[in-house]
Amino acid sequence: MNADLWKPSASIETLQQRAKALRDIRFFFNQRQVMEVDVPVLSMAAVSDPFIDSMEVSYQHHPDSDIYPYYLQSSPEYAMKRLLAAGSGCIYQMAKVFRNGEIGRKHNPEFTMLEWYRLGFNERSLMREVADLVSIITGINAFEEYSYKAVFEKFLGIDIHTASQEQLAQTMNQYVEVSGDYDRDGWLNLLMSHCIEPQLNGAVFIYDYPASQAALARVKKDEQGNRVAARFELFVNGIELANGYHELTDSDEQQRRFEKDLADRKALDLPQRPYDTRLVKALANKLPDCAGVALGVDRLLMLALNKDEISEVMPFDFSRA
Amino acid sequence: MSYSANQLKNGLKVMIDGDPCSMQQVEFVKPGKGQAFTRVKMRNLLTGRVWERTFKSNESLEAADVMERDMEYLYSDGEMFHFMVPVTFEQYAVEDSAVGDNAKWLKDNTTCIVTLWNDRAISVTPPNFVELEVTETDPGLKGDTAQGGSKPATMSTGAVVRVPLFIEEGEVLRIDTRTGEYVGRAGK
Repeated sequence: MNADLWKPSASIETLQQRAKALRDIRFFFNQRQVMEVDVPVLSMAAVSDPFIDSMEVSYQHHPDSDIYPYYLQSSPEYAMKRLLAAGSGCIYQMAKVFRNGEIGRKHNPEFTMLEWYRLGFNERSLMREVADLVSIITGINAFEEYSYKAVFEKFLGIDIHTASQEQLAQTMNQYVEVSGDYDRDGWLNLLMSHCIEPQLNGAVFIYDYPASQAALARVKKDEQGNRVAARFELFVNGIELANGYHELTDSDEQQRRFEKDLADRKALDLPQRPYDTRLVKALANKLPDCAGVALGVDRLLMLALNKDEISEVMPFDFSRA
Repeated sequence: MSYSANQLKNGLKVMIDGDPCSMQQVEFVKPGKGQAFTRVKMRNLLTGRVWERTFKSNESLEAADVMERDMEYLYSDGEMFHFMVPVTFEQYAVEDSAVGDNAKWLKDNTTCIVTLWNDRAISVTPPNFVELEVTETDPGLKGDTAQGGSKPATMSTGAVVRVPLFIEEGEVLRIDTRTGEYVGRAGK
């Protein structure tokens, strides 16, 4: 079996379809006057998110000289926002990103991410544009939308604002047993990924995430006055396909979130890594009002080509890399 | 010996709450912004219970010393079922509860798969197909080989199987032990 590992994990026919999809994606943005960029894959800063582990590489001027740690991008977000702050206008990038330890049927440690930013959009208007693009590539035309609160009510009968942590834990264990203790967001994440996502059929947008799961989205009030993140995700047949924000532009708040992530990492015994102070400076210089989204291109192809494994849509998966 | 969550795969045997369990389906779950888990569908090898459990990527699991061996069924003494490893002649006495419902397929010299946990037999899997003699059934209907319809027949091991109407006592039949269904006459 190992003798076959020189061969591609995707068929040549699939790679032809992949090439066409990449062309269609570039055409889509070209038509909408969104500029393609290719920011560095290497950065002195790592992603701050506690649950994304950056891959570290060593830069040396000479094999004998000092080692400078650099990190492979887990998303081009920080660098793209620095371009936006410098006046780039609407931009997109389609490139490889790297995430340590993420391997499975729907995961490969390096994968192709499409990320784009639109000036003057909010998360809701960007959802429309995501739907347009996904339609073109997959032929899917029907998109459902639920708020995060509504999707928990619909699929689990849970009110996320009033349910106790014990109730969340109890519901989780009814579906799938889990050991260990989690904070509120930990339980919500478990319920979302293990109990709700597998029940989502077709294309479903989920928006108005809890404020505590804002990542780099701004926080706003929903219709009931609850603080929510201006963040959305798109799931197609239970696969997480895209994650978008009405972007946070406040540099002080950005710095606070980076520092909170570092504190969370410490509490979880995860590595402390330098965060992108240059992004904080860029935001202080003024990031234009914009919305941005990241979309997994390989997963988009899995859906378009009806493939069960991510390895089937990439030339060589990690086992053949 | 232990496994970390990222080493889990189908067929792996691990200890969960003191019982040996076998993994039937393993999936990596990692939301973009959440913690990574490995979601596993498992079967408790002692009770047969199938359920799902999810493991954090830094959790580790103790390996269960479980192995499967081909063994020949010898006899039952009324309390225990006796099996033998053909190559080494080692004998194992298997409790009634470990054989369970599969006892009805056991004929002398049948080669079965016996699952051992810490060298103790915990389950017996008969071959997918066994050939057994009919010891009791209603008389066959002559010439009725094409019509549908079936009747119960008791086999030499005590198993009761639905068979076509034309089957007679004394005939040897091929039975699928996974479904308990009649396949055909033996040797055809």
